Amino acid sequence: MAELSSDGRLADIREDYLALTRRKRLYSGILLSLFVALMASGFMIADARNAGGFWDGIANVFVFPKIVIAEAWEKRAELPAHVVEYFPALLETINIAAVSTLIGTLIAVVLSMLSTRGLARWPRLIPLFRRLMDVMRAVPEIVIALILIFVLGGGPVPAMIAIAFHTSGALGKLFSEVNENASLKPVEGLASVGANWSQRMALGVVPQVSPNYLSYALLRFEINIRASAILGFVGAGGIGYELKNAMTWGAGKYDDSAAIFLMLFLTIVAVDQVSSVVRNRLAHGRASEMLA
Amino acid sequence: MSMIADTPATMKPRAEALFRRKRLTAVAIPALVLLYLTYAFFAFDVPGLLGRASLDNARALVADTYSYKTHVTRDNADGGLRIAIEGERKGTYAEGTGPDWVQFGDTTTVDLGDGSVVTFGEDVSIDVPGYGIVRAEPGAGGVNATFPEGPMPDFVNASKNRVTITTPNGRLTITRRASEAFRYATGWELFFFTLDSPYHGLSFAQLAVKTWEGEGGAILHDIWFNPMWRHGDVAWALFETILMAFLGTFGAALVALPLAFLAAKNFTPLVLVRQVARRLFDFCRGVDALIWTIILARAFGPGPLTGALAILVTDTGSFGKMFSEALENVDGKQIEGVQSTGAKPVQRYRFGVIPQVTPVLLSQVLYFFESNTRSATIIGAITGGGIGLLLTQAMITQKDWEEVTYYIILVILMVFAMDAFSGWLRRRLISGGDS
Repeated sequence: MAELSSDGRLADIREDYLALTRRKRLYSGILLSLFVALMASGFMIADARNAGGFWDGIANVFVFPKIVIAEAWEKRAELPAHVVEYFPALLETINIAAVSTLIGTLIAVVLSMLSTRGLARWPRLIPLFRRLMDVMRAVPEIVIALILIFVLGGGPVPAMIAIAFHTSGALGKLFSEVNENASLKPVEGLASVGANWSQRMALGVVPQVSPNYLSYALLRFEINIRASAILGFVGAGGIGYELKNAMTWGAGKYDDSAAIFLMLFLTIVAVDQVSSVVRNRLAHGRASEMLA
Repeated sequence: MSMIADTPATMKPRAEALFRRKRLTAVAIPALVLLYLTYAFFAFDVPGLLGRASLDNARALVADTYSYKTHVTRDNADGGLRIAIEGERKGTYAEGTGPDWVQFGDTTTVDLGDGSVVTFGEDVSIDVPGYGIVRAEPGAGGVNATFPEGPMPDFVNASKNRVTITTPNGRLTITRRASEAFRYATGWELFFFTLDSPYHGLSFAQLAVKTWEGEGGAILHDIWFNPMWRHGDVAWALFETILMAFLGTFGAALVALPLAFLAAKNFTPLVLVRQVARRLFDFCRGVDALIWTIILARAFGPGPLTGALAILVTDTGSFGKMFSEALENVDGKQIEGVQSTGAKPVQRYRFGVIPQVTPVLLSQVLYFFESNTRSATIIGAITGGGIGLLLTQAMITQKDWEEVTYYIILVILMVFAMDAFSGWLRRRLISGGDS
């Protein structure tokens, strides 16, 4: 203690501390300026390679929405008719998202169990299944959708398969993280009474993890509705396809576009809200039921 | 849930009711899923789709991904011969040159492999082993083809003005105006050099020697500006896609951070301001990248900037929501501690709040950066920029499937690389930041 309080030692510590702080600040400063330089140069390159410049465009951002809204307002009496007209397409988009989420979830459950240590059917193949999920996650949906549109023709099925494929990989990874935290005791108990692998998984693991599975699957459903609308725009059916057609007709048909914008917006917001309420309940609520 | 009621007599029916309910859901949920999938099966018209599915397209696609065709075309009017890889002008052989299975002379013979030989002379003929010789004299009256005796086999498709003979490794098509034979070969031809480049056909060792002699720049120039595969353009497109994701994600983070303070309960006591900020986030997220892309493309035109801005606006909504949730979970003690040393509000945020939330926010931003690389591919296809545009363009022509394969492989590699990079950055910045 005597040395510590002596002035020389204290000055050393102070000096060290200040040097450390200076170095940290220097590193942060370099990192920050690098980031700013990247952002600025990136913006300039993007601006140069864009058809219209940023500064010209920013003044005109509201021109197009104004035209659409003005036209839609003029023909507001036809809005309910448009909603009825495009409702089947919206339903198709929602169906694509729902079916692909369902099928993707089912595949993801199996894949995740095959790639979790302690649960895997073939422990040696765990790395294989993990890589498989990585690849499934990496392939953008549009790639699969476009290939399948070429082979199968346009329609909802190519989009559904494409989204389900991506969903399996994305959810499989999340599910296997959930599986890691599952207790192995029920699994061992089931094994001791002679249950086979699928029985052990279905009766020992799934009841433990299903709230987390459901929560992730709902989150994915939100994402998939957006994906299915976007894929429709490149030819896979649903509301995106109708939107593309309405946009191609251009002025005079903007009331159609406005109706589709509105329907898509409301659907996305509604699904987001419902799913976030359900997910909150899955995470926090239901304590009383679980105790019973 | 009063304690007095919990006797075995009252608990047993409760437990039995619970079991019954659980047993019911165990059957009902799979049944509902199955019912819904059955409905979707018919709503999506899967049976009709299977009927319409084109196996020929699938076969052409698969064959084209690993092989290429070389077309030998004879103009029936003047007898002129043109040999071109994939039938494209960019892959045309110079006059009098061609692959070794074409023999030039008064009559040109084209060996289609598997013993089938096409002869272009006064007339056009093909000798198919096991079938015989088909001879055609295309002219004003039609193709005028004569076939061997017997019934027409499956691989021959003949009408007055058009005869197609498909062999295992190629095809001969004769019309009144032109006769065209093509033969498949494995590989991606002209991947590095096109035929007009002086370096075409040289081995790697020869190229190494040329590089040593100072022609390295010219060699790289020929690869980079290869008119068939356009490596330079493809590299730019990949860069544009990453640029869209980068500008969009980090731009959104910069915009969302200050707004998130306005939406967090513990930083903005005013309900009105909080509600406005939150509804703004909901709006940005709800409109979705698709609609933002369409709206912004009207103002900014096609290109990477439009894609970047569409990602920026959408993700401002997502980040705003996530950041404000993170801010609501900060530990107040650290802020109080900073305050007790006499820090002003800005300093309290800088030293009390930012260090707490940075790791959380940064990891979220990097996750989004990763997934936005994929989104930028799709948005590029809509707005007209980046690799997404090249991919859709190559697919719309429906013949350059080897290029489509090439782009797909590049996209997957790009996504892998970005995943690895953002994972590395996350580990460096978040766990390594403290040490």
